[in-house]
Amino acid sequence: MSLLEVKNLEVRFAMRKEELVALRDVSFKVEKGERLGIVGESGAGKSVAAFSILNLISKPGYISAGEIIFEGQDLTKLSPQQMSQIRGNRISMVFQDPMMTLNPVLTIGTQMTEALHAHQDISKEDAKQRAIETLAQVHIPSAATRFDQYPHELSGGMRQRVVIAIALITKPPLIIADEPTTALDVTIQAEIMDLMMELCRTSEVGLILITHDLGVISQMTQRAIVMYAGRIVEEGDTKDIINDAYHPYTHGLMDALPQKTTPGQRLNQIKGVMPALSSIPDGCAFNPRCPLVADICRTTIPDYSNIGSTRVACHKAAPRGS
Amino acid sequence: MVAAKWNQFLDSGFYHDFSRDKTAIISFFILCVYVVFCFSAPLIAPFDPYDPTGIDIMDSEIPPVWLEGGDSRFLLGTDAQGRDLLSTILYGTRISMTIGICAVLLQAFLGISIGLIAGYRGGRIDNFLMRIADIQLSFSTLMVAIIFLAVFQALFGTELYERLAILMLILVIGVAEWPQYARTVRASVLAEKKKEYVDAVRVIGLRAPRIMFRHILPNTLSPILVISTVQVANAIVSEAALSFLGLGMPVTKPSLGSLINSGFEFIFSGSWWITIIPGIVLVILVLVMNLLGDFLRDVLNPKLYKN
Repeated sequence: MSLLEVKNLEVRFAMRKEELVALRDVSFKVEKGERLGIVGESGAGKSVAAFSILNLISKPGYISAGEIIFEGQDLTKLSPQQMSQIRGNRISMVFQDPMMTLNPVLTIGTQMTEALHAHQDISKEDAKQRAIETLAQVHIPSAATRFDQYPHELSGGMRQRVVIAIALITKPPLIIADEPTTALDVTIQAEIMDLMMELCRTSEVGLILITHDLGVISQMTQRAIVMYAGRIVEEGDTKDIINDAYHPYTHGLMDALPQKTTPGQRLNQIKGVMPALSSIPDGCAFNPRCPLVADICRTTIPDYSNIGSTRVACHKAAPRGS
Repeated sequence: MVAAKWNQFLDSGFYHDFSRDKTAIISFFILCVYVVFCFSAPLIAPFDPYDPTGIDIMDSEIPPVWLEGGDSRFLLGTDAQGRDLLSTILYGTRISMTIGICAVLLQAFLGISIGLIAGYRGGRIDNFLMRIADIQLSFSTLMVAIIFLAVFQALFGTELYERLAILMLILVIGVAEWPQYARTVRASVLAEKKKEYVDAVRVIGLRAPRIMFRHILPNTLSPILVISTVQVANAIVSEAALSFLGLGMPVTKPSLGSLINSGFEFIFSGSWWITIIPGIVLVILVLVMNLLGDFLRDVLNPKLYKN
């Protein structure tokens, strides 16, 4: 049994005039200790997917169809009380900006032990002990001093380590990281990524890593999902997605990496922008921007087809260069 | 530990601003003097104005010592019943401040809880609670208080009223003004709950009450602090106004307002001090509190930094 299995998930936003579909027919699995990456441009539905797993999509959004099976139970059917026993206890989340995710008026220690007290019957001293151990585990020097400090006394990288420590403290089997390094500078990014890798390996934690950085995906994950306009367009082993992608959108993302161009040359970009949810074109959502577009793309939504380890939704699916 | 905290406070921007603001220092000093003198009134007052055996009606309307006919026993003169005005003012200010502070605590308790719930829950609950606040605000504090206190006196008699006067005033002023807090808190909560740290604690799985009181409330404290000083001043003024109208503290246990009122009858017969001196005491008290409120607002709201 997989740790997490999302089946045909559909999320809608009930607006005044119409219902917008933010996620359609999203299915994926995360095995125990597996690291899964989700890539896509802004607005592709990556964060919505993450929040819907925790049942935390804010109004007017709601899950309109599908199942989210985690450790054998369907999270979409749980009561709010049962759900808050899962959140932070069995599934933790790491956010993008550590400047924003820590409460400025509470000490690091308070914010860390809170998660423990919310889910476990644990004494204050034990909780403090656990918090200090976890701080040491994410390589924060002089953890005992940090315990009593406020977020503003730490640097950005340190704060993100604290955020990760808060996510880890209840020893959850799954962590969702929503662009955990976007707000940090490059050297710190690498450190944080190494740290997360190490933690996932040593404690067999499953990881869903949401990012728009393909470099991070290729380093960190075993499987990867490419999303476009609320739909998974390609899914497969990370090395296959990086090396032999089939979907023209994935090709476009790969070409847009700065490493693909020589200095002085213009960066490649995918022409056009992602459509707004209210104006997704008929047929394949990517057709207005697609270099391989054909008539069928404008009329029919492509089904998934399996090629090797990858699953791709494209009428024109073909490896690079063919 | 305490010393460290104190040093940290002396190092803070708050203390820096305070030590550079003459108005704030003077206001704070005067307020401290008021607090110390009023709450030690039984120790320092030369007479006990609540003790009828210590009062001699023959001593009534003696002017302050520096005027002709003054008596060295009575520094600020006496009122119409022969009570020492200085002692009566000390006790009266104590009552005024007690009512002001307790009424504001009640306002704050009601307003903060309601504002937090309205802001955090949103939707229908928010609409419902804020409409109640609007309705409450559309009745002026004095009107509500006058009607309520007058009806109470008529129903239960003056004797019971005089015993419960302090409680009643706290209750009425507290209930009449809670929407001020509710609105301020709600506005800050609306801004705070959009921030990511609230999402983060929801993800941790904390329950709503804990998120509201432990995480959001401390982040809304600065506007609360600012309106609190102003609200205490307002509550003291409301109490004085009610007492002046004869609906507040009874003459046997006068607050500043009822003192001003009791002297008012004699102001044209020349005994101006019974009204004017408590009046000045009241005005200074309210003034320093408002000045301190202004100072707090300037310091705690970075958008208002004066160059």
